[in-house]
Amino acid sequence: MAAKSKSGKKVQRSLGDKIVDVIIYTVLGLIALSTVLPFLYVVAGSFATDKELTEKAFFIIPEVWSLNAYKYAINTANILNGLKNSVILTVMGTFLCMVFSLSFAYPLSKKHFRGRNVVLNMVIVTMLFGGGMIPSYIVYTAYGLYDTYWALVLPALISPFNMIIIKNFFQELPQELEDAAYMDGCTDLGTFVKIVLPLSKPVIASISLFYGVGFWNDYFSSMIYLKTPDKYPIQIQLRSIILLSSKVSEVAMDYYDMNGAPPDKAVKMACTVIATVPILCVYPFVQKYFTKGVMVGAVKG
Amino acid sequence: MAGRKKKSNVITLSDGSTITLKRMSNLQYFKQHIWLYALLLPGLLYFILFKYVPMGGLVIAFKDYSPFLGIWGSKWVGFDQFAKFFSTPDFWRLLRNTLGISLLQLLLYFPAPIVLSLFLNEVRHSGYKRTVQTLVYVPHFVSWVIVASLTYQLFNVSDGIINQLLNITGIGSVDILSKSSTFWGLIVGQDIWRETGYGTIIFLAALAGVDQEMYEAARVDGAGRWRLMWHITLPAIRGTIIMMLILRVGGLLNTGYEQIFLMRNDLNIEMADVFDTYIYTRGIKQGQYSFSAAAGMFKSVVGMILVLGSNKVAKLFGESGIY
Repeated sequence: MAAKSKSGKKVQRSLGDKIVDVIIYTVLGLIALSTVLPFLYVVAGSFATDKELTEKAFFIIPEVWSLNAYKYAINTANILNGLKNSVILTVMGTFLCMVFSLSFAYPLSKKHFRGRNVVLNMVIVTMLFGGGMIPSYIVYTAYGLYDTYWALVLPALISPFNMIIIKNFFQELPQELEDAAYMDGCTDLGTFVKIVLPLSKPVIASISLFYGVGFWNDYFSSMIYLKTPDKYPIQIQLRSIILLSSKVSEVAMDYYDMNGAPPDKAVKMACTVIATVPILCVYPFVQKYFTKGVMVGAVKG
Repeated sequence: MAGRKKKSNVITLSDGSTITLKRMSNLQYFKQHIWLYALLLPGLLYFILFKYVPMGGLVIAFKDYSPFLGIWGSKWVGFDQFAKFFSTPDFWRLLRNTLGISLLQLLLYFPAPIVLSLFLNEVRHSGYKRTVQTLVYVPHFVSWVIVASLTYQLFNVSDGIINQLLNITGIGSVDILSKSSTFWGLIVGQDIWRETGYGTIIFLAALAGVDQEMYEAARVDGAGRWRLMWHITLPAIRGTIIMMLILRVGGLLNTGYEQIFLMRNDLNIEMADVFDTYIYTRGIKQGQYSFSAAAGMFKSVVGMILVLGSNKVAKLFGESGIY
């Protein structure tokens, strides 16, 4: 474990220690593999022909590459429309969430802000207790949000948890810059926009990812609040393609026989890939931020 | 809030502005920092309209709500809805399933990130460590729909890969997707797969604060791997473990809607129906708003008691708690 300690000292390691090391590295490798294998399998399957999928149990590289599944998926209007809806929802939702959360967190990050404790307690109460699904449903419907994207965006504008991470991040910023700007006659708003926000890239990146992933992955709220099929986001479309047509059991199979054949296996896989890829494209760019520092702020909260 | 001291007339140079502010009247302060209040306002409205108003909407749990009469026009029924909920045979089934899944989570899914963090902490090769971390965080970011879809594609009886492999090896296929008896394990298994990696972040963050010289010193004193883990690593994350435990216990009745809803089907519903899915079915699907609001309120109240209670217990044991 300390074979290459920084001071250059070599601490003698026993054979047992080395064996434990080997076990640890192997177990970690297997764990990492088990998280990616399902994805690799689905990606491979989505490019394969149905013939290969039924004949072979498992493969990572298909023998015959085929884009048919993707062609079919793209030509199914539902999928493209679902993707479009999800992109709109995610971009709009994330932007509004960030505007609300950042501006709400800034005054609360000021120790001198009068009313701070009252507001913070008010936020904490909502973390402990809430109206729950049914009263929220009735109230939001009374607001006229039913069957609009607002029903998905507005109730999610500020996640108390994310807001507290942002607030703690603001508190850690060097106070001198803000003080200097303030002395120069900058208003609180000017200081916030010109000094604080440009310094907050790590937290903005991480929290945007958290909000964005939430909107992109949302299934349940869309199911409750959206009624027009044209408005369905990708997750709802994906579920109807994959889960409803899966051959869960013999009983279920009778159901499908009556309701037409389920889509090809490769098509289901292609749809899964289509719905996953956008998240995986953003993730690597943001990962460095949320592993460093930002989450530590949450612990200190 | 040291500035609130009586001696606040004295202006200290290093902190001049703050002290001056403290001496202002509330009105002066408000005028000078009008922008801070302006920034706060939208969020404040959000919390009132989207958190507190629905909380007020809980009055329907004490009424016989009908959409035509509205919240205020509906008749008061006191605790009738609660009595009805507790006397249905459903209640005990829901309680059993909710607690069963939660306790299984507590037993298997809660320790998983801690163990994984301890493993990762032993890895000295930083490239290997980073690669493993990057990979295990990924499942957290995919939706439950995708997790459910992967599960179906891996485990379904007719063409799922796991069952195909089991058939080839002669063990024979196992149908875990449509059996009551395997449902709890299936749910907790998905949780472990999806959240274990991401769950390590908070523990690794706590471990990053440990002074490496402590390990060096202990090693020089002849401490082995196990003693280092026992006396340095574990104490370093003890506070975090307790904090996560409080949150976990507080959420005992929150099994979540999406995941269970997606994995539930007519064949496993006996073990799959939990408070959350039941509230959805009875309330939104069948329109029994007051009844399911009462069920939801029961859940929220118990949840709050659990959080505050476990927080209190943690404090009794000398931990800092979270509230």
